[in-house]
Amino acid sequence: MDVRAQTSMMFHLDKCIGCHTCSVACKNIWTDRKGTEYMWWNNVETKPGTGYPTKWEDQEKYKGGWEPKEKSVKLRVTDKFRGLANIFHQPYLPTIDDYYEPWTYKYSDLFDAPASDDQPTARPISLITNKPIDINAGPNWDDDLSGSPIYANNDPNFDKISESEKQALFELERLVFFYLPRICNHCLNPACVASCPSGALYKRGEDGIVLLDQNVCRGWRFCISACPYKKTYYNWKTGKSEKCILCFPRLESGQAPACFHSCVGRIRYLGVVLYDADKIEAIASAPEDELVERQREMILDPFDPAVIAQAEKNGVHFSIIEAAQKSPVYRFVKEWELALPLHPEFRTLPMLFYIPPLLPVLGHVENGIYDVDATDYFGSLDKARMPMQYMASLFTAGNEEQVRGVLEKLLAVRMYKRAEQVDDIDADLVKAMLEKTGLTAEACEQIFRLTSLPTFEERFVIPPAHREYTAELMGDPYTFKAEAGIGGFKGTPERGL
Amino acid sequence: MTFSDFLFAVFPYLCIIIAIVGSVWRYVGDRFSYSSLSSQFLETRQLFWGSVAWHYGILIVLTIHLVGFLIPETILWWNQVPIRLYFMETTGFTLALFTLGGLIMLIVRRVNNPRIRAVTSPMDMVLLLFLLVQVGTGVWTAMFYRWGSSWYAAYAVPYLWSIFYFKPDVTLVNNLPMVTQIHILNAFALVLLIPFTRLVHFLSVPIKYIWRPHQVVRWNRRTPVIGP
Repeated sequence: MDVRAQTSMMFHLDKCIGCHTCSVACKNIWTDRKGTEYMWWNNVETKPGTGYPTKWEDQEKYKGGWEPKEKSVKLRVTDKFRGLANIFHQPYLPTIDDYYEPWTYKYSDLFDAPASDDQPTARPISLITNKPIDINAGPNWDDDLSGSPIYANNDPNFDKISESEKQALFELERLVFFYLPRICNHCLNPACVASCPSGALYKRGEDGIVLLDQNVCRGWRFCISACPYKKTYYNWKTGKSEKCILCFPRLESGQAPACFHSCVGRIRYLGVVLYDADKIEAIASAPEDELVERQREMILDPFDPAVIAQAEKNGVHFSIIEAAQKSPVYRFVKEWELALPLHPEFRTLPMLFYIPPLLPVLGHVENGIYDVDATDYFGSLDKARMPMQYMASLFTAGNEEQVRGVLEKLLAVRMYKRAEQVDDIDADLVKAMLEKTGLTAEACEQIFRLTSLPTFEERFVIPPAHREYTAELMGDPYTFKAEAGIGGFKGTPERGL
Repeated sequence: MTFSDFLFAVFPYLCIIIAIVGSVWRYVGDRFSYSSLSSQFLETRQLFWGSVAWHYGILIVLTIHLVGFLIPETILWWNQVPIRLYFMETTGFTLALFTLGGLIMLIVRRVNNPRIRAVTSPMDMVLLLFLLVQVGTGVWTAMFYRWGSSWYAAYAVPYLWSIFYFKPDVTLVNNLPMVTQIHILNAFALVLLIPFTRLVHFLSVPIKYIWRPHQVVRWNRRTPVIGP
């Protein structure tokens, strides 16, 4: 057993209102430089939809992630020798058009236009070429457009659903969508790290944050393709790749990452989990329907004395073990088994978990009462406007039972609280629901509290960074604003000759 | 010292010294600037035809040059039989054309595509010009001098070795055709350009990737471990 600590995340999708405050907070701090205008280390997409970059989930196109090979896994996009052979032209690299061409407006025209009968207009100007462009896509271009044929229709998660079923989903009455905020998953088996020929990408041993060393990156671009979540980006100006850094300078000074801190819906949770690094290869190559369970298995119980002893032996500081014991992520993922990884079939073992949303059900109005025709409360899951298969395709590699189990638990907690506060539900029914889902009354209460009433300190249990053990303390991130890295540079790093 | 002495006996050393000192200087002082500066993200189709042809072409051509540099007698022996000489010259010519085609594609792309122009520095154009001269004179030699490969083995290689042994022998190259002389001088100029252009990217060819474990972990408080 090789116990390591991982700063892990959980997003509660039922609470996401799609306001993009997280994206803006991130952009203002990290990606407001030349060459990064198109990057959204944090983005929120409308699901069903094609996402950002367009159809990022379609690995036939982008070749991201791992595929099983014999008893292990291999990268889809490259291997040791193909990496060198394809270095002059990387066959599956997305181009800027898969994201969007960044632009601004020529505001000077508003002032400089000669007097005429028409109002002057500010034309859109490409931020790459400085020439006028026609805008075809932009940040959140498909925001809330889930019903429109070009977006939801092309969602790769609908691949297994028949055309007629799919069309039925887009009828106006059934139309439904939810938001999927995405950042780097800081995976346990990161494909970006494995694909980097230069070894510029690495996982920090102490907290598992995946970073990209700007001084080592040589712009070979394999990480862009290898990351199945498309969360490494190529800075076309500096000729280096960049990615989400989980605001490590903020974490190291005890603050939550900017996207977490600014979250309006308070959907985001952050905490440490302990895991067994010896199991990574075996679990990454597990059969598809076991991936979620096996990944959960790898996360260790921070209260188990054997785990604690081994963790200390492996150099995990005791303060980090304490943080792991308070971790909200541990509770949601392991204790209550409510949170699921996004697309586990990419086999990178992502450490950002999601609670799938309980979407509205399809019903009808009779005498002013909205009725869903369900015989019991779990039955309403079958009436959900979004087929279970879609959720399964997103969160459990197609295993519908697993998603159903999570949604049933969420419903049970709701019914438990409703019975308690409104008192209009039969106590036996609630008892039956708890029995079926394996939840206890205490667990329901705790889930309710941590979901609805958590304090800042309960949502973000940030382990001490122990920078006192390292040579120098990290400065204020704003000191290095507009630079391509944090410290280590004299002045602003410039593109090479 | 004649002008020819300067060109063939002093200039090569200047180029090599500046290239070594400059590359180390740049690596130590501005490691961030070491990059392939790939523009594939902005344009990928033309780059495929240009970059693949160019890089594979030039790598094979340079390898053949290196082989000739190491075993010139074998080249001369091979070229004794006319049919083998034709084979050698035709191969060289084809590869040179392939390389030239790739290079021209890259130049056209750089000049024509507004997105690529946005990431083109003046030194990129200087480098492309020197590369064009280099490949152009190479193709010229292959096309118009049927004994090009033997000349290389009989004159240029001993000259290069004389440079290597710090006893530059200018007489070996004085009588070569002008185009071939330009080819030699331009090659040294390209060496000179290494630290001042994107050519530094070939110094960071990631050979280590072949034996490196897939995952990289960096620890603050442990000696570096690679794994798991």
